[in-house]
Amino acid sequence: MTRSELIARLAAKNPALYHRDIERLVGTILDEIGGALERGDRVELRGFGAFSVRHRKARTGRNPRTGASVEVAEKKVPFFKMGKGMRERLNR
Amino acid sequence: MSKTLTRADLAEAVYRNIGLSRNESAELVETFLEEMCVCLEKGEEVKLSSFGTFSVQSKRERIGRNPKTGVEATITPRRVLSFRPSHILKDRVDGES
Repeated sequence: MTRSELIARLAAKNPALYHRDIERLVGTILDEIGGALERGDRVELRGFGAFSVRHRKARTGRNPRTGASVEVAEKKVPFFKMGKGMRERLNR
Repeated sequence: MSKTLTRADLAEAVYRNIGLSRNESAELVETFLEEMCVCLEKGEEVKLSSFGTFSVQSKRERIGRNPKTGVEATITPRRVLSFRPSHILKDRVDGES
């Protein structure tokens, strides 16, 4: 399912709403999650999962093609951990 | 200071941005998550452009160990949900700060 398919399904379930509002709904939710992670905050959605930011230390990497060493700076990456409710739903 | 956002914060943002009632906003956040769950339960991927991709991975049975007691145990085959952030989201999170 893509973003536009998700919007179409939500629109089908909420015929009273404007399509434009459903698009904004999806945009708002994802942007709110992105904004929280950008600030280093966590987003916890019970039954679904939690988003957080993980820190990766600086390391010496290698160019796989040439074998040359390259310094990789420390960085922050988005991380998702599935929630308990989701785990149960996937393993019934 | 690190903070944790919940459904209530998402509902509040929807309420502020879209001019629906608070109740309706909360219900829509719920429907949004439920639609994703239903899709993932079927084993289907959810691809959200400029955010990331949720996919279900099947894990085979394997031998694990209780890290506390060291006792070996068989881990049954299971399905797990994985999230692959898009480059846009990665760049946003790793921005200068």
